[in-house]
Amino acid sequence: MIGLISYLVFFTTVASILAIAVMGLNLHWGFTGLFNGGVVASFGAGAYATLILGGTPQAGHLGGYGWPWPLALAGGLVAAGVLAWIVGVLTLRLRRDYLAIATFGVAVTFENVMRNAQGLAGGAQGVRGFERPLQDVIGTGLSYNVFFLAVTLAALILTYVVLERLVRSPFGRLLRAIREDEEAARALGKSPTRVRLTSFVFGSVVIGLAGGLYGTFYAFVSPQDVLPILTFQIWAMLIVGGAGNNRGAVAGTFLIWGAWTASGWALARFAPVEAQLYTGSVQFILIGLVIVGMLLWRPEGLFPERLAPASKTADDRGKLEPGSVT
Amino acid sequence: MIQHLVDGILVGSLLSLGAIGLTMVMHILRFANFSHAELLSLGAYAALVFDGVFAAILPPLAAQIGPLSMTGALALAVLASMAFTGASALVIDRLVFRRVRAKGGELSMVFASFGVALILRNAVGLIFGLHGQLYSKDIVFAVVLSRDPLLLVKPDQIAALAVALVLMLALHLVLSRTTFGYALRAVGENPGLAQVHGVNLTATIRWVWLIGGGLAAVAGIFYGLSYQITPVMGRDLVLPIFAATIVGGIGSIYGAVLGGFVVGIAQNLALVALPSGYSPSVPFLMILLVLLIRPQGLFGEGRA
Repeated sequence: MIGLISYLVFFTTVASILAIAVMGLNLHWGFTGLFNGGVVASFGAGAYATLILGGTPQAGHLGGYGWPWPLALAGGLVAAGVLAWIVGVLTLRLRRDYLAIATFGVAVTFENVMRNAQGLAGGAQGVRGFERPLQDVIGTGLSYNVFFLAVTLAALILTYVVLERLVRSPFGRLLRAIREDEEAARALGKSPTRVRLTSFVFGSVVIGLAGGLYGTFYAFVSPQDVLPILTFQIWAMLIVGGAGNNRGAVAGTFLIWGAWTASGWALARFAPVEAQLYTGSVQFILIGLVIVGMLLWRPEGLFPERLAPASKTADDRGKLEPGSVT
Repeated sequence: MIQHLVDGILVGSLLSLGAIGLTMVMHILRFANFSHAELLSLGAYAALVFDGVFAAILPPLAAQIGPLSMTGALALAVLASMAFTGASALVIDRLVFRRVRAKGGELSMVFASFGVALILRNAVGLIFGLHGQLYSKDIVFAVVLSRDPLLLVKPDQIAALAVALVLMLALHLVLSRTTFGYALRAVGENPGLAQVHGVNLTATIRWVWLIGGGLAAVAGIFYGLSYQITPVMGRDLVLPIFAATIVGGIGSIYGAVLGGFVVGIAQNLALVALPSGYSPSVPFLMILLVLLIRPQGLFGEGRA
């Protein structure tokens, strides 16, 4: 029983962390129509920066500044934001698939540099020596995991509330306007490039938050945590949940993470020993099939975006006079 | 230094072949196809199978051609694999891309292409195993072209370069001298207008996949011949090939040829300055550099 509870706590923590990342991607893809092919770069920047800034001194590589955890986490968010800003400035004014290629490139390069740069982040061994916040008060084991689950759920709810307010604000309507018809938005005097950049950086910061929490939870991060498959998993979660719907994004995360964990368990349990090497391949094919299948048969996801007719909601009616159209 | 330059040219010719198909798809169908590099590995593995079959049916073909490690059977297998890979590209379009195209925007196609790449790469891994394979177990010694500076080249690599150049020349003649070439360029410029003028859009798209798949197969086979065939070669080549199209300018076939050489040479010259572990990062640095200096690429039209 206690084993089941501690597993559920563990599962919910990881799924909630991923759900934050999926909501960040939802701001990109669901609400702004930006293709982010390198979710892991933001995720990794958040995780690595948090651990490097907040960790104890390590021989052989940068880090060990021992910052208090909230500050270290904030540093992780800044790192993810700065990285996104650099990529965004260079690509957002170009043909839309440049962003897809450039973000994919950032993710590959991020992993490659982290794997090789021994002096920066420990290379293939990763970053260790991180003291989890309040660990000396709460102790290790289940009690700490329950505490950290509470922290993660708080972060999840906070992210949800902030993003929901954002997409219902005038800025959110502007995002959807640009997604649907860029020319029309431009004709109204809006700058699509700048709005896209804001959305891209903000969404990446949210993904960076997920990365920072992930790094904190494991008190360890290595290049194995920033492999491209994480990007594809996060996409599958968003596509299944329904792009443009934050509640769907969270539901999709739990669904796909559950399916991923269950399939991994089933393959490890029932597949013959000589086939164990290939369980990864089977799981990757499943993720690919989920992405392609959803696009073919249910592109709006299981929980589609609900677009309120603009003129019918009381909230919008007051804002239709000229000058305040956003 | 000279050795790196020569190696770069040899790899570059293969990147060019891959990039030609990719840039054609990006020009005509207007989406970044992340599964294109998987066609290279598909072609390489198809040739491995055909090679075995031909050598078994006609034993005399199993003899090596001159100084190459390539056999007559493998030469035939190249042709068979080109046809197979082109047809596969067509089938993938039928099954996935055409149906997504009918429903959604260009970016849904990019999404779909990642899914297709995942499926193809891991299916190949499941079928053929995750270990690297070789067409021939015989060791082919590199030929010393010059002793000072030391310059070593494998005969296979020279053959690969020659084949790549011949294919590029053939493609150039087709594009510049035939009605099909004009139709292809017309569709790239303006699909609607081209159709009004009697260009068959469906047939043109079909040819784009066939040519792109065929060239990708050749690139994959020669890449496998120079190094080894692995299920992850598509994953390793996707970024260099994209870099080649961006350096050359998306949509420009001549740009893709030049871009392939530029990326191949840069990746090899970087070995002089950087530890070899960083070499997968070089294509991305080139993409950044091009986006900073000349976003439309060398031959691009700067179309937004």
